Amino acid sequence: MTKPESEWTWKELPPGTTILEPGNACQYRTGDWKTLKPVLNKELCIHCGLCYIFCPDMSYALNPEGYFIVDLFYCKGCGICAKECPTGAITMVLEKEEEK
Amino acid sequence: MTENLNVYAVRTLTQKEYFSPGHRACQGCAEALAVRMVGKALGRNVIVASATGCMEVVSSPIPFTAWRVPWLHVAFENAAAVASGIESALKVLMRKGRVPSKKIVTIAMAGDGGTADIGLQALSGALERGHNFTYICTDNEAYMNTGIQRSSATPFGASTTTSPAGKVKMGQTTWKKNMPAIAAAHNIPYVATACPSYPIDLIQKVKKAANIEGPAYIHILSVCPTGWRSAPELSIKLGRLSVETGVFPLYEVENGKYHLNMDFPKLKPIKEYMKLQGRFRHLTDSMIEEIEKRVHKEYEELKEKAKKGV
Amino acid sequence: MGKRIGMEVSIAAAEAVKQCNVDVISAYPITPQTHVVEHLSELVANGEMDAEFFCVESEHSALSVCVGSEATGARSFTCTSSQGLALMSEITYIASALRLPIVMIIANRALSGPISIWNDHSDVMSIRDCGWIQFFAENGQDVYDQVFCAYRLAEDKEVLLPVIINMDGFTLSHVIEPIELIDQEKIDQFLPAYKPVLSLHPDRPVTMGGIALPGIFTETKKAQEVAIQSSMPKILETWKAFGDMTGRYYNPVETYKTEDAETVFVIMGSYGETASVAVDMMREEGRSVGLIKLRLWRPFPFEEFKKATLGVKQLVVIDRAVSVGARGPVASEVKAALYGEDQRPMVYNFVAGLGGRDVAPQDFIKMVDKAEIEIEEGNKEGYEIYGVRE
Repeated sequence: MTKPESEWTWKELPPGTTILEPGNACQYRTGDWKTLKPVLNKELCIHCGLCYIFCPDMSYALNPEGYFIVDLFYCKGCGICAKECPTGAITMVLEKEEEK
Repeated sequence: MTENLNVYAVRTLTQKEYFSPGHRACQGCAEALAVRMVGKALGRNVIVASATGCMEVVSSPIPFTAWRVPWLHVAFENAAAVASGIESALKVLMRKGRVPSKKIVTIAMAGDGGTADIGLQALSGALERGHNFTYICTDNEAYMNTGIQRSSATPFGASTTTSPAGKVKMGQTTWKKNMPAIAAAHNIPYVATACPSYPIDLIQKVKKAANIEGPAYIHILSVCPTGWRSAPELSIKLGRLSVETGVFPLYEVENGKYHLNMDFPKLKPIKEYMKLQGRFRHLTDSMIEEIEKRVHKEYEELKEKAKKGV
Repeated sequence: MGKRIGMEVSIAAAEAVKQCNVDVISAYPITPQTHVVEHLSELVANGEMDAEFFCVESEHSALSVCVGSEATGARSFTCTSSQGLALMSEITYIASALRLPIVMIIANRALSGPISIWNDHSDVMSIRDCGWIQFFAENGQDVYDQVFCAYRLAEDKEVLLPVIINMDGFTLSHVIEPIELIDQEKIDQFLPAYKPVLSLHPDRPVTMGGIALPGIFTETKKAQEVAIQSSMPKILETWKAFGDMTGRYYNPVETYKTEDAETVFVIMGSYGETASVAVDMMREEGRSVGLIKLRLWRPFPFEEFKKATLGVKQLVVIDRAVSVGARGPVASEVKAALYGEDQRPMVYNFVAGLGGRDVAPQDFIKMVDKAEIEIEEGNKEGYEIYGVRE
């Protein structure tokens, strides 16, 4: 786990303050940002993958069943997936409404 | 949808991500999406030189990085110069046998400010010298990272924080600088425009650019909900509308020959595109008409160029 | 001692860069640096040097190219002066923060305005704080020698800092001096191929140049500060190894006839040689005068300097630049170095030789005369721009 920046000592910094772990931003929970979250109606889903390709936060991944499922850890709730879904299978709902 | 392709073609793209989630871009940021797609087009054998800007700041807050490929940020105006250095180093190190010979693509990435304004000199120099690299401009049409100030890529009439819509002046008073034309004027092998609303087209173009010998320039329109004052969920739709209204035509220039990638029997009315963006809401109908006239004129000129090229 | 050849110093500098097997050279012309890059371009064009040499469209890009190439693992070089240095100054800070061992020769020239192509130190004084290790060369042999020392020092895994070699424009760059060239086999042993600690390559993807929030910025600067302070033993080690190889030993602070000297000059760069002539002349007349040549400007050699000035009554510090609104930068640094000492010499600061104004041995004698009057009047310090026509 990468420590937040305010916990690093100067001795721990690599030369040039280079970041050595590629893609470690994936430890950061941008999912806290959202107000709305996408909900999938599997019956309407045609497995096209548009929700997956249009997500600016790479929050969709293919599950073994063949559906693209959102990772709420990253999802910022922008609503692009719901807007672009050709069959209206995704709806945006207030996160508070759902039981966490 | 009017995308001229099979909706399932998305499934043929690689599932690998070279730009990780957890980056700090706004909700609905089409620029982050563009960078994601560029990553998919290029794979792991790249070195990226970024200019200061939205993408640099959101992707590299020490000690976190969203980059899964080698990446260097130096300053605002020198992405093309830094990329020239990287490309030359790879060339000479492979020639001298200090680095095993294999194809590693050099990429320079900058926003519209870092390309058309402060970065223009370095870009022009790198293109003239003919380095084997691809320059990608992610254009969100203003200096978004510093708070939505106008750049020379801001479209005519758009309200920004330094070209606000007021009582005497109504937003940006100059026409958007034609960066692809400037790049093409350097007689480089490949110039293209792209938009993340058309992912297959964008990815194909980036792949093409990476495979040609010599400099390539790709101009990617990146919808910015924060700066354009549009709803985040509309970022893909707006990109599509920019193409369908002729505001941002998708085309390529290969060795000086123009080729239009998508043409429409009739361009959609520009109002459809503008009404969804708060930065245009002060425009009167007559101003919109003037803008549309110019957009159509330039579109026709582009079609003429493309006809000659065939 | 090997064979000495009469060579223009710029050419000798370029030959040294060739002998270092530099990989990437980015060039933008500015008087009086031009002969260095011109000769390098000839060497590459004739196949005598295998490097990527290209002319960029501005000095800002010249250093940016070096940052990109050095980060990729290539030994890189550029050269500039005055306005070019001012233009690339933004990048100098970044290069040292990124810990990239670039070597740059500055053919020192006055900063505009008014525009001047002639020699003084105002250009390099404007980047005092940039974090590069900085040498001042005294003569042509010095310039040639320092190129090898600079690369070896910069690329040391425990240093990894860029190095500037200051070569007085025209006064050194364009004069023909006797240069003893070093055999290539010796250089190859002294300076092996560059092996970067971290570099840009897909096999090990790293992110260089991220944004530092307030919670971490201070630590990054501390790390950089520790790096340059810790480079001192490495500087001494490099110069000792060089001396063992060639018989020419360099030191951060060099003294000339300072034993029992009451008045001592403090000088950087090529004026040192002229001042030594003046010192000899004054010694003949029985005057108690000596000379300190400051070869290392950054990191400032506080300890060596304090040692060299022990027992000296009066320092005549020659500045080749003026910090307008303050005084001479070297004098300020000298005073800072001596502030904590129980016994402090009187410091008289002359700003001389601005914009290429000639300073002859007689002028140095006049400066000592002036300083001695001041000390008799009981003044602890003095300052003036020397030789102004009223």
